[in-house]
Amino acid sequence: MAQVFHRSSNLISKLSIVAIVILIGVLTYGLYQVEESAWYSNIGLTRQQPVPFSHRHHVGELGIDCRYCHTSVEKSAFAGLPPTETCMSCHSQIWTNAEMLEPVRASYRDNVSISWLRVNELPQFVYFDHSIHVRMGVGCTTCHGPIASMPLTYRFGTEYMSWCIDCHRQPAKNLRPRSEVFNPYYQQPSAVHPVTYNGVSYTDQLTMGRQLMKDYKVASLQDCDTCHR
Amino acid sequence: MDSEGSQTTVAERQDPLVKPGYTMGTVTDKISSIVLTRGTTKGWMGGFAIAFALFLLLNIAMGYLFFRGVGIWGINIPIAWAFAITNFVWWIGIGHAGTLISAFLLLMHQKWRTSINRFAEAMTIFAVACAGMFPLLHMGRPWLFYYLLPYPNVMWLWPQFRSPLVWDVFAVSTYMTVSILFWYVGLLPDLATLRDKAKKKVSQITYGFLSMGWRGSASHWKRYEVASLLLAGVATPLVVSVHTVVSFDFSIGLTPGWHSTIFPPYFVAGAIYSGFAMVLTLAIPLRKYYGLDGMITIRHLDIMGKVMLATGVIVAYGYIMETFMAFYSGNPFDRYMMMNRMFGPYLYVYWTLIACNIAIPQLLWFRSVRRNPWGLFAVSIVVNVGMWLERFVIIAVSLHREFEPSYWHMYYPTRWDWAVLFGSFGLFFVLFYLFIRFLPMISIVEMRALVHKTGKKEQAA
Amino acid sequence: MSSDPKAMNPESRNPTGSDAVVRPASANAPREWRGIEEFKNQPEFLAAREGEFKDSDLPNAPGRLLSSGVNAIPNSEQTARPRPWEAWLRHADLREQLSETQNFVQLAPTGSAKPPKEGKDGIDRRDLLKIMAATAATAGLSACTILPDEHIVPYVRQPEDIIPGKPLFYATSMTQQGVATGLLVESHMGRPTKIEGNPEHPGSLGGTDVFLQASVLGVYDPARSQTVLYNGNISSWEQFVAQMRDQKAGLAQSGAGLYLLTETISSPSFSAQIQKLMKQFPKAKWHQYEPCHRDSAFEGARLAFGKPVNTVYRFDQANVIVSLDSDFLVSGPGHVRHARDFSSRRSIDGTKQNLNRLYTAETMPTSTGAMADHRLRMRASEVEAFARGLAAAIGIALPGGTGSQSAVPHETVQAIARDLTRNRGASLVIAGEQQPPIVHALAHAMNEALQNVGKTLYYTQPLETNPVNQTESLRDLVNDLNAGKVTLLVILSGNPVYNAPVDFNFASALMKAPLRVYSGLYRNETAELCNWHIPAAHYLESWGDAPAYDGTIGIQQPLIAPLYGGHSDYEVIATLTGDDGVSTHDIVKGYWQAQGVSKGQNFEDFWQVTLHDGVLANTALPQAAAPLQRDFLQQPPAASHVQANEFEMTFRADPTIFDGRWANNFWLQEIPKPITRITWDNAVMMSPATAGKNNLNHGDYVTLRYGGREVSGGVFLAIGHADNAITVHLGYGRQRMYTPYIQVGPGGDMGKDAELGPVYGFNAYALRTSTAPWIADGPVQIANTGKKYTFATVQYQYLIDNKGVESDDESVNAFRRELVQVATLDEFRRDPNFAQVPETTEHKSLSLYQNYNYGTGYAWGLSVDLNKCVGCNACVVACVSENNIATVGKDEVDRGRAMHWIRIDTYFHGGLETPEMYFEPLPCMQCENAPCEYVCPVGATTHSSEGLNDMTYNRCVGTRYCSNNCPYKVRRFNFFLFSDYTTPSLYGVRNPNVTVRSRGVMEKCTYCVQRINAAKIRSAEEDRTIRDLEIQTACQQACPAGAIMFGNINDKKSHIARWKAQPRNYTLLADLNTRPRTTYLARVRNPNPEIAG
Repeated sequence: MAQVFHRSSNLISKLSIVAIVILIGVLTYGLYQVEESAWYSNIGLTRQQPVPFSHRHHVGELGIDCRYCHTSVEKSAFAGLPPTETCMSCHSQIWTNAEMLEPVRASYRDNVSISWLRVNELPQFVYFDHSIHVRMGVGCTTCHGPIASMPLTYRFGTEYMSWCIDCHRQPAKNLRPRSEVFNPYYQQPSAVHPVTYNGVSYTDQLTMGRQLMKDYKVASLQDCDTCHR
Repeated sequence: MDSEGSQTTVAERQDPLVKPGYTMGTVTDKISSIVLTRGTTKGWMGGFAIAFALFLLLNIAMGYLFFRGVGIWGINIPIAWAFAITNFVWWIGIGHAGTLISAFLLLMHQKWRTSINRFAEAMTIFAVACAGMFPLLHMGRPWLFYYLLPYPNVMWLWPQFRSPLVWDVFAVSTYMTVSILFWYVGLLPDLATLRDKAKKKVSQITYGFLSMGWRGSASHWKRYEVASLLLAGVATPLVVSVHTVVSFDFSIGLTPGWHSTIFPPYFVAGAIYSGFAMVLTLAIPLRKYYGLDGMITIRHLDIMGKVMLATGVIVAYGYIMETFMAFYSGNPFDRYMMMNRMFGPYLYVYWTLIACNIAIPQLLWFRSVRRNPWGLFAVSIVVNVGMWLERFVIIAVSLHREFEPSYWHMYYPTRWDWAVLFGSFGLFFVLFYLFIRFLPMISIVEMRALVHKTGKKEQAA
Repeated sequence: MSSDPKAMNPESRNPTGSDAVVRPASANAPREWRGIEEFKNQPEFLAAREGEFKDSDLPNAPGRLLSSGVNAIPNSEQTARPRPWEAWLRHADLREQLSETQNFVQLAPTGSAKPPKEGKDGIDRRDLLKIMAATAATAGLSACTILPDEHIVPYVRQPEDIIPGKPLFYATSMTQQGVATGLLVESHMGRPTKIEGNPEHPGSLGGTDVFLQASVLGVYDPARSQTVLYNGNISSWEQFVAQMRDQKAGLAQSGAGLYLLTETISSPSFSAQIQKLMKQFPKAKWHQYEPCHRDSAFEGARLAFGKPVNTVYRFDQANVIVSLDSDFLVSGPGHVRHARDFSSRRSIDGTKQNLNRLYTAETMPTSTGAMADHRLRMRASEVEAFARGLAAAIGIALPGGTGSQSAVPHETVQAIARDLTRNRGASLVIAGEQQPPIVHALAHAMNEALQNVGKTLYYTQPLETNPVNQTESLRDLVNDLNAGKVTLLVILSGNPVYNAPVDFNFASALMKAPLRVYSGLYRNETAELCNWHIPAAHYLESWGDAPAYDGTIGIQQPLIAPLYGGHSDYEVIATLTGDDGVSTHDIVKGYWQAQGVSKGQNFEDFWQVTLHDGVLANTALPQAAAPLQRDFLQQPPAASHVQANEFEMTFRADPTIFDGRWANNFWLQEIPKPITRITWDNAVMMSPATAGKNNLNHGDYVTLRYGGREVSGGVFLAIGHADNAITVHLGYGRQRMYTPYIQVGPGGDMGKDAELGPVYGFNAYALRTSTAPWIADGPVQIANTGKKYTFATVQYQYLIDNKGVESDDESVNAFRRELVQVATLDEFRRDPNFAQVPETTEHKSLSLYQNYNYGTGYAWGLSVDLNKCVGCNACVVACVSENNIATVGKDEVDRGRAMHWIRIDTYFHGGLETPEMYFEPLPCMQCENAPCEYVCPVGATTHSSEGLNDMTYNRCVGTRYCSNNCPYKVRRFNFFLFSDYTTPSLYGVRNPNVTVRSRGVMEKCTYCVQRINAAKIRSAEEDRTIRDLEIQTACQQACPAGAIMFGNINDKKSHIARWKAQPRNYTLLADLNTRPRTTYLARVRNPNPEIAG
């Protein structure tokens, strides 16, 4: 009786055993990589906004302070989004009939809020508080990236738990003097750009970070209830 | 163990493990014909239909469960675990007999295992499949089951390795893997036999594919032997370890009735007890229906009866110690727990279980009972029921009256609880029916070897 | 945290108020709020009204939704969600109304109208949610699930004082039966979310009760009336105003035929407005009626003093208190303050103590009875005899005769009398609302004889601006109605059709008035029968004022513009007085300005301070002389109408839904009632012995026949109830219930007992006559229907057989297990450490896992003083409100799935006749050595560095192992999607700082960790550590008795540390070595040694 299978197929059967093992490994690793990828975590994602607001122009070129618009960033969990009034405080004088700004004027005229699309958003079960981070010397750009050079705002970090935990485990890596918190051009101390704090000039982030942790009483909070309630 | 002649016992001479008259050829034909030539019989169809109906019931129950939530069951606070976990422990227990027979007895060179180990092992796998389903079903958010697995994730979180439930995940998955491997390796030569005996192209290809190019060459046989022994070596500790880990789910806990050091041994014994009961429940109708009484002889039943008796006595000892310790410890909570079991709202369950697991099996002391297939069948059913009740009593009845009297409550199973329980039988039997239809339910190879040996013996005599 | 103004646009009309956390000096006190009317015609307002609960708002919905899948829903089904009024229409199709209207007119005793079940579409939507929740949650491999496109919508013009994401607190006050309690209301982005007591208000001192706590839910109740209705058709306020104008024209100059029916009115400004109306129409009539009126107190005062008075009790001054069937700790004017004062005399510091002693004579076991050192169990009608006996014993001549009282042994009465006389000027006798006038008069006489007046109590002029005997007042109205004198009847709130005395046939009388106007929160039985139905404004939506129990005026300041376009009573009256258009705010403010309360100082400033503090400074009523007129002592004892072996029936207001006005508040419905622990029901309460004698059993469905009328209800065996008596609670058996908005069990079978009449209890009003409002004046026949009724009790308490044999397993075991530690004062004096269980120090190192080091940081702890807890449930509602706890419905409670994070265990000691009763509030123990933590397979419940057992909902997969391993059973599980994800208006009441739990998730008390974290952030920003008492847990803050203490036990000077240092301090199940952070202070009773037993 003829063999159903050619003997070459034996090889396949052997290989298939190995293949299964490898496949599982590859899948797990692959999925993790996908999740970490910018494509999945929306890093660098800009959104179609009612008004193409440019941070580069307002922060970078005009040098408006963050707190001019995000008023509650030092007081509240919510950094605050400028009411139309704030826009109009300037744009009733300049660019008064720029086509681009029509939605703003319309909003002010008809008392209807502008509905923006969120760029940075955390899941609803995460309780993040801007005021305390700012207070403890976490700079705006630490999380929001080089905002002063963003024509359209995009997401800078993955905003995953790992992203938060990374800093919470070792705050020293990212702290900066309070005076520098709202400085959009701040760079971490290095031999090239030393940072002066309390008269001392630091060339190394970790040394300065540890000093700041002491001075600002920054704890490395990793309890679940720090973020989840 | 080559000079059996000298060591043959009375029993052996009275009735050999294979009816005389079987030659290698007839054995092969007998077993393979069930799969190849006999075709799909009405009886098989009928049985399968019932099983499949139950299986559908399971699917409906699961569908509604995922749709509404575990609230469709009778569980509540304090009785947060009931049927689901009971079924889990019960099914896992069932599995143990298979592994014991195929692996442990193999190492012990117990020849009588040959004719039953194949389907006993199949039973193990299917039982573990059923069992593995329940931890998933009982979760509040089953779609997040993977949180229990240690996989790389962007939360930088592991499962909590202190929790027995995580140990379960490893124990059960290991058990499943090893069982399947062991079973499949054992199947290879037989699959090859079927491939060769098959007439239809389809079956030739299927069996050929499954037999992974087995040609019965000497090297194949050599590796086959080594592999089976190794796997047997790996599988044997699992017989003990798996149910020990399962028992930790409870003995780790504070709940009176759970927090007990006797659990591991007593669970393992219980597992084998119920396992053998299930083997009998399956074997007796099978040998009857397929006329296999020549291979699964009265002697097999007799031996299994004895094993049941032995493990049953261990279990009884477990109960007695549990009760004794409850009172001897002087711990008011344990005392109350035991009193509540015996005379509380669920006393009927408790006494039924005592009857099923201790009283009735004592019949097995009588040779006549052990050697009477249908008598044995009845006892095995009773034990199966009893062991399920045991788990229910341990889990639900312990929980319903715990430390805080203000939070005592009653548990009433809903129709969905029952649906899932009987549905799991559906799953089990569907798989089992498919098994006996498409695979040799008795190891042809090993039977041949046995016939060969007994043949030699007859010549010697 | 994102905020979305448009979601809750009312905030732009938000009253600016003071942030009570840091209460600013009155100098920079806030401007008061521009009236609502200003907004009435603004596009902003109308847009807001339209745009309320836009779907796009939901991702930013106030309550955090746990599963992002659910967040995704709103975008996914833009149109499916009904506007609130659609939801309303679903339950009120006109046919149904019509049939029910007929029901009323024909006065079917108890119609078997089921509560409206959810429309099919409702179910679909909810189930859709679940599917999508599941699918969406499975989408990503990580917990950070794929987020939906979330919109963020800033203000156009941001109001001052609002910092997005920070709550504001406003002082206001709520009126119950004409008595106000001062409140501080937390407002998130313009949404009132949480009620707290106002520490500066004499009626509160920071404490609250269940009703105050739960009232905030009423604002958002989707079943509230939302449109003006004329004969059942949608109409408008303008049309109403127009018709009122015509009516006025039509009325005779004298105003004859104009009738006004209100509830108890004590608001000075409002009654001034009514007076104005009366001036315009001299012949117009004003009637007041509430079912749970205080007529007997009123008449009692008239007997004793010939004039109505208001009695102000000062329990902190009394060493010996005798309560004649008065539940003064949880009901009646000033009860919140009473609880505070009473418990202040129950505190023991170390071994220093100054305990008072309480004697209670009562029928139905109450909270007050549970606190009593001697609880004298008797039929309500026997209290008079007891009172006479006591009066005689303290030397009051009773020419009328003392009568023969059998309930209490003579020597006991003598002992009590001696105790009272020993404490002249420091004792107190108080009579309950249910008791006839004579008992109140006797109480006055005894207090006078004991020289307590001016010391432990004093009299003032009545709080009501026009005190009347409300039953008589309503009788007059009914007579005039029947006589056809009424042409226009204006009913302001209340629900007389449902709760008027049955012999008045109010419904049919009402129909005789040609034009009937009803203004109320709900479209209830009365609204059904009125031509006009005006949706009323909730008290948090309108201005007002009312006196506290001592007369201090509290200002009622709105927190939100009427969500459903309601109108205040002021506005309704204004349509008649002709000054409609004047805002309520101006009326109230104007009134007080005219009163010259500012005493010369600039009124604007004064008004600011007043709004900021919530009270008008020093407006407490002065003591008024009330000379006793003794002639009532001539009265002979009332003859008993009921033979000793017959049933005597007593009516009582329900502990959680009162007279039925809270029937729609499902927080209150689900609160287990004190002692009995029933939810969602009232019952025929009787003692086990009585039940046995008449061979009735727990849960028998019986028919009560009395005065030719009958109702049917379930029998409940109440331990400690008087024999041969039954108690029925009012307020249930509503023909109309509007609680379809809660999750229900499998198949949505809320109406399990539907064939047994109304699902929620029975209507006791159907038996209540004007002549015997509280105590039935005739025997009640009880017939067993053979059917069974299911009560959803959260605690079985006792497995009584109807032989009355004591088999109260739970309590017996509770004491065997030392869960409740009790001693009498003598025992305590002998051994202050009686509560100490043998300490297990040497065990402490035995754990396999390394011990946590709490170092010098914060270590949170909580302690409950069992000596103070009056079991009023305020903490439970407060917890529900603060932590977004779901309501599960009667069936689920019955299945053992109630969700309350803190429960008040109730245990009995000493038989079923007159047991001692003990309350034990039980939150999470926050064990240092927590059994729940190490069994969780995914680490969803973990130990915090400050000793909390954190519960991370989004990590929980719902194995429920933690609950199995919790010896205290404080964990709660979402067996279904219990939280209401589908009713938009209910988003408003949620606390934005607490996750709303989805299905399949375990939850439990967190010591209000959101408050802890807020305080930590605040203190860190101010470079300081958290001060003692800076953090109050919701339960602690709500407790009227101050029985709960929370704080940092590492700080040895903190209150909590001192509490835990008390000798009475003990832990539950200490031998398990779980080392709970929640501990208890043992109860010390103070029985009279002269009284045996």
